[in-house]
Amino acid sequence: MTARTAVRRSGPAAAAGLVAVLRAEWTKFRSVRGWVIGMIVAAILTVLVGVFASGNASIGCGSRPNGPQLTGKACLPYIPIGPGGEAVSDSFYFVRQPLAGNGSVTVRVTGLSGRYSDGNSQASAAGQGPAMTPGLVPWAKAGIIIKASTRQGSAYAAMMVTGSHGVRMQDNYTGDIAGLPGAVSAASPRWLRLTRSGDTVSGYDSADGRHWALVGTATLAGLPVTVQGGLFATSPQYLKIQPFFGGASIQSGASQATGIFDDVSLHGGWPAGRWAGLAIGGGNRADYPAQGGGYRQAGGQITVTGSGDIAPAVTGPGGGFPSSTIEQSLAGIFAGLIAVVVVAAMFVTTEYRRGLIRLTLAATPRRGRVLAAKAIVAGAVAFVAGLAASVLCVTLGVPRQRAEGLYILPVSGLTEARVFLGTAAMVGLAAVLAVALGSILRRSAAAVTAAVVVVVLPFLLAVAVLPDGIANWVLRLTPAAGFAIEQSIPHYSQVSTVYSAAGGQYPLPPWAGFGVLCAWTAAALGLAFVLLRRRDA
Amino acid sequence: MLAASPYNQVRTYNQDLDGNVEATISVARLRKRFGATTALDGMSFTVRPGHVTGFVGPNGAGKSTTMRVILGLDSPDDGTALVCGRPYASLPEPMRLLGSLLDAAALQPSRSARNHLLWLAHSQGLPASRVDAVLEEAGLQDVARRKAGGFSLGMRQRLGLAAAMLGDPQALMLDEPFNGLDPEGIAWMRGFLRSLAGQGRAVLVSSHLMSELQDTADHLVVVGRGRVVADTSVADLLAAASGDRVMLRTVRPAEAAAALARAGGSVAGADGDGDGGALIVTGLAAGDVVGALSRDGVPFSEVSGHRATLEQAYLELTRDQVDYRAQTAGEVPA
Repeated sequence: MTARTAVRRSGPAAAAGLVAVLRAEWTKFRSVRGWVIGMIVAAILTVLVGVFASGNASIGCGSRPNGPQLTGKACLPYIPIGPGGEAVSDSFYFVRQPLAGNGSVTVRVTGLSGRYSDGNSQASAAGQGPAMTPGLVPWAKAGIIIKASTRQGSAYAAMMVTGSHGVRMQDNYTGDIAGLPGAVSAASPRWLRLTRSGDTVSGYDSADGRHWALVGTATLAGLPVTVQGGLFATSPQYLKIQPFFGGASIQSGASQATGIFDDVSLHGGWPAGRWAGLAIGGGNRADYPAQGGGYRQAGGQITVTGSGDIAPAVTGPGGGFPSSTIEQSLAGIFAGLIAVVVVAAMFVTTEYRRGLIRLTLAATPRRGRVLAAKAIVAGAVAFVAGLAASVLCVTLGVPRQRAEGLYILPVSGLTEARVFLGTAAMVGLAAVLAVALGSILRRSAAAVTAAVVVVVLPFLLAVAVLPDGIANWVLRLTPAAGFAIEQSIPHYSQVSTVYSAAGGQYPLPPWAGFGVLCAWTAAALGLAFVLLRRRDA
Repeated sequence: MLAASPYNQVRTYNQDLDGNVEATISVARLRKRFGATTALDGMSFTVRPGHVTGFVGPNGAGKSTTMRVILGLDSPDDGTALVCGRPYASLPEPMRLLGSLLDAAALQPSRSARNHLLWLAHSQGLPASRVDAVLEEAGLQDVARRKAGGFSLGMRQRLGLAAAMLGDPQALMLDEPFNGLDPEGIAWMRGFLRSLAGQGRAVLVSSHLMSELQDTADHLVVVGRGRVVADTSVADLLAAASGDRVMLRTVRPAEAAAALARAGGSVAGADGDGDGGALIVTGLAAGDVVGALSRDGVPFSEVSGHRATLEQAYLELTRDQVDYRAQTAGEVPA
């Protein structure tokens, strides 16, 4: 032990020491052509697989009556953009009148019913549309809304009863707060209230009309003085997902919901004094039934029927139109990762195979520094390869997908930067993990196998083989959780669609998944450090 | 042969060494076991500057293990190994103080000779010009940009020596540097090592063949079974091995034996048989042998002091070690 007692240095001297080792390891890396080529191959492989995977969509929409067979882009409806810049669904039946300045609207909801087509039924009669079964989809909605204008995508806040998620307050498409639980009925009505004051709209609910609870307050930036307020009903498409080994069978069909309101009371600036009906986004969505929306006013009761959704746009069968995300072009990352972890592991293990590690450690007896330098060099090279690959993938893949008629869900510049830099960082971390495994196992075959099994295999199993439940646990617990950093569109629990790894939806939020990969990498590096110091070289 | 280098950083280090400025390698009471095998069993010696110290012993005597312990690669179970009074691992840029060559094959085959030296230079904060300097010293300037994987063992030894010389160190430690060298390479290596010692550097060279160190080493550390058997100058070792034996050639061995016995000597054995054969005499110097024979009128044709070769001296010293190893090999518990 005595022979390895080191006098600790710190500050500039230690930093200079690390810089020297970094230079040495960088020289080592760049002077072996196979490794440099391996990293370039990793980037090329990523781009090839990504572009190939993104170019196989076949979109047609010939079911429109009296129209020619349409394909590709021609099938895309108008897709509104919400206040946050995200693509949204904004289709509903709106019974409205203007609200000038501040005011409030209060209603009692005594019923919510609906119908849906399960997609399998034959058309009931010529020109009558598909046969509908009575019933509610989980996110059928009816309630009150205050909206900046009747333009699709404009700002709003709403209080509603839903098919199976109780009372909710939703705003600006992505906001969703739970209110009173339970289904609404004549025996168990719900009172809803929205109060507008300047830019803020507060939502309240009550089970008896006397005791009110604040559900939430939404701030709608730039809300004009005169807004539209009133009642609404809408219902997203029916969706039945039956998972089976390696995939899922999906049945979908149009649906509509009818809300029954009474005791409508208005306070504040409602100058018109009467209701007017308007189908917002009517006819734009494939799932909007031809005989869809409308309202009926009889005595004190107003019945509103609508179809569509007021929600963020998502991919998958719940999206309502052929859509994709920027990260769909990154499908080749796993292929590039294989090349990256092979090179990174060999960067360490070939030194053991050749006995070169003894020269390395004789040159730098501070073994932790050697490990750190190797990790930094391999990680930085992999990061650059990953960044180049992901930018190229998206630059080449997104136009291809658009040309095929897919709508790419827009994301903010910040999110796009997170997808690119995060994917590159994930590739870099995988390289660091492989360096640690190489240092722990010291044999090329063992280290390469371990790195692929730990980093790439869980991802492939999760997206291609395992049933969703197990796949999600694999993507929470293994280093493959890091793939979550690629996800640009968050999981919206207020929208029903297929949320699965295969569809690019990860069980953990992006940074949490990335954190899991970080934790694995840190643990492996820690073990490698202890073993490197303890073992004879 | 070795150009004066501007990188005499050693002096800077020596100022930190609490007065212990001599470039030495010293190991004391090193013990190390690998499982059931005792590799080092109290290894102690010191390598002094200005000498080529031969580190000799049979294969498995612990030479390479000792060198790995000196470099901090293996940790001993007990004992200390110091370079210039400090543990090697505590030296910030250790190759500027102790250059070493453990294994000439330890290189990445697809990396060029120059890049192999370049990363080492970077790790010690040395400039690239130093790489070109040692490549020239080792005679490798023409193959500097070729992949080291294509080098012969002799060229790899030169590359390894160039690596050891990168930091212009005051001490060098080379494990079996003569392996794979052709006769010209051996002569070059011997001259190179002697010139390094001549410049005041401490040079430790291991070998399992004593003949390789003939005319190169001036001090010897002979080891066997993990410990030092002899730590001596080459001159003393030869004298001890030769002893006071005298070779006598005579046609009258019986009379000669009687005359020598009266003078206090004895005949230890015959070298050759019968008439004209040689006798080995002990207990008398050559001059005394001549005196005794002349006094008694015994004719003789030759009297000379018996000189052992370094190889014979070494075999004498290590015979026991080798025998012991051979006998105990079967006794090691499985």
